[in-house]
Amino acid sequence: MNFDALFSQLGQHTIDGLSKGAIYALVALGYTLVYGVLRLINFAHSEVFMVGTFAVLGAWTVMGANAEDGLGMVLVYVAVALVVAALASGGVALAVERIAYRPLRKKNAPSLVFLITAIGVSTVLMETFGYVLDRGFSAFAPGTWNGFGRPFGRVIAGMPTVVQNKTVLDLGIFTISNRQLIVILGAVAMMLALDLFINRTRLGRGVRAVAQDPDTAALMGVNKDRVIMLIFVLGGAMAGGAAVLYGLKLGNTVFDVGFLIGIKAFTAAVLGGIGNLRGALLGGLLLGVIEVYGATLTKSSWEDVWAFGVLVIVLMFRPTGLLGESLGRARA
Amino acid sequence: MTVTDKLEEADQKRLKIRKKVVDRWRALKPWQRWLFVAAGVFVLYALPDNRFPASFIRTDFSEGGASWSGVLFLCAVYALVAIGLNVVIGLAGLLDLGYVGFFAIGAYSVALFGSLDSPVVKALQAKFNLGSEWAVAWAICIPIAIAFTMLSGVLLGWPTLRLRGDYLAIVTMGFGEIIRIIARNSDFTNATLGINNIPGPEGPASMDNVIFRVIDPTPWYWMALTVVLLLVVAVRRLEHSRVGRAWAAVREDEDAAAIMGVHGFRFKLWAFAIGAALGGMSGVLFASRQGYIDPSNFSLVLSITFVAMVVIGGSGNMMGVALGAVLLTYLPERFRDFIDWRPFMVGVALVVVMVLKPTGLIPSRRRARELRDRAEEAEAVNV
Repeated sequence: MNFDALFSQLGQHTIDGLSKGAIYALVALGYTLVYGVLRLINFAHSEVFMVGTFAVLGAWTVMGANAEDGLGMVLVYVAVALVVAALASGGVALAVERIAYRPLRKKNAPSLVFLITAIGVSTVLMETFGYVLDRGFSAFAPGTWNGFGRPFGRVIAGMPTVVQNKTVLDLGIFTISNRQLIVILGAVAMMLALDLFINRTRLGRGVRAVAQDPDTAALMGVNKDRVIMLIFVLGGAMAGGAAVLYGLKLGNTVFDVGFLIGIKAFTAAVLGGIGNLRGALLGGLLLGVIEVYGATLTKSSWEDVWAFGVLVIVLMFRPTGLLGESLGRARA
Repeated sequence: MTVTDKLEEADQKRLKIRKKVVDRWRALKPWQRWLFVAAGVFVLYALPDNRFPASFIRTDFSEGGASWSGVLFLCAVYALVAIGLNVVIGLAGLLDLGYVGFFAIGAYSVALFGSLDSPVVKALQAKFNLGSEWAVAWAICIPIAIAFTMLSGVLLGWPTLRLRGDYLAIVTMGFGEIIRIIARNSDFTNATLGINNIPGPEGPASMDNVIFRVIDPTPWYWMALTVVLLLVVAVRRLEHSRVGRAWAAVREDEDAAAIMGVHGFRFKLWAFAIGAALGGMSGVLFASRQGYIDPSNFSLVLSITFVAMVVIGGSGNMMGVALGAVLLTYLPERFRDFIDWRPFMVGVALVVVMVLKPTGLIPSRRRARELRDRAEEAEAVNV
């Protein structure tokens, strides 16, 4: 245990952890929304995020994004990527709901069946990007598709750099780079928007109503199927936003990028209280910080062990998470 | 919807044929049934022989194919995995996504204690002055492996089995990953290098071995098949014992079972421990035949494939899960040209089977009834 390394740089590690956790928090929203309404863990959500990262890769490559283009163009790149990724991720999430989950819902299948279907869906999505679009496709029709002109799929594909990493704030105890700042602020802004949407709008009230009591909500004229579609799209759009931030921060993607982030995001959702939007934010940031602390204390290759260990401990002592679960009841 | 309709229709036809076969089987006298079983077992043992007809099922009839008895051996090992996982998923109704962890612990147990290359054996030699040729004998490694896997099953189950179903799935998945990460980052497992010279029944692979030779894996297949058949009988006895009935009761309605005096937690823990032991045993077989393991042998994809074997075959039904394991192992080897498509196909198969036929290819009658009950409840609510 290397306590010296941790405490001498505590502020810096906290900032690093927060910028890591912000992305977990955004992905965690997708799990939380779906769980809050359907009591279902949407295992395929990690792949919704993965599709988002590829959408970002595609958008920036097609536009020829470059960090030298000046602030105005960079904003345009980010905005376009945000739209494209949100559409792609939201669309995939919606498709997953329609094709895989709806038939099962009609049959009132046990949650095990949902989970296994979701595993199947995520394998299919992963392989679509890891193999079919990469090599499988060109085996059928050679020369028609070159994967955005750069290798992608099984190998880690680099994205164009949109923001050059540089320190914007140096407070002595820690420094913040512009990328970290964008990631943290962007994530918080998106969370706030979603929170307002759920708590202040008519559609959001419908979501809360279905989460609280689907049958009564139906009697009051809320269309349950539409609400379910809405939450899948919203969760997907948030994953798309997370994908843009991920692209800005790390600038690469691979077919199984979603797997670890998905697990971590789920852990974050459970940590904060699954079904609780603000819990997802808290859980995500906390998990990011715990991981960075843990990696500093031991070795960076052990950080996943820390994340899973925290999950087990939280579930043992507080199975409903730090802030408690419930999308419908919680005013907070 | 026409495609799904056609599939449903085909499925109905299949069910009719199946019913006929089952009725015919029921009408047989016991000695006739035994005769059939004996013939089936004989065929299983005879499969690797060159004189076996229907050579098109072999994987090595063309150049570059995998060794046929090697594939059969792998089928037997994975069938054992599926039977073990079936105890957890099919009988006790607990979704375990980290089963590969037990498989890995079994494999690493025989590797760490049996191989002359393992850091553990070297440490023991140094500590007790045992000389450089000393290692734990293979036959003693098996109980060690089973003890370790059962212990890890209990250690994993103790804190986590109180969790709700889907939380359990995530935590077990984390367990599988943690085992792999530990194996990859620890010195006592040789980290990413892995461990060589893992012994078999006759010691490490060498030219001096009489039965378990390097070139022909047929004896390995026979040994694995024997283990599978023995354990199938054992698990079947278990399924129809008090323990098996308790599992069914807990699976169907834990509260009702508790009222009837069934201690749910204890039986779930038993399911975990027994399932883990079976997984460990298959890990031992796998590692002994390979002679070499490293952490990349135990990825999460393998864990998901294990679940797929059980679910596609028909969780709760031992013939079903064994069939699922054999299909998912054999088909990619037989159709090597499509081997890169395997994960994709597994994914598609999972979705299709779950949406159309949540009970699997050969469903267990009891599980099928449970699902039908739920569907009827749903209709009653949705009217």
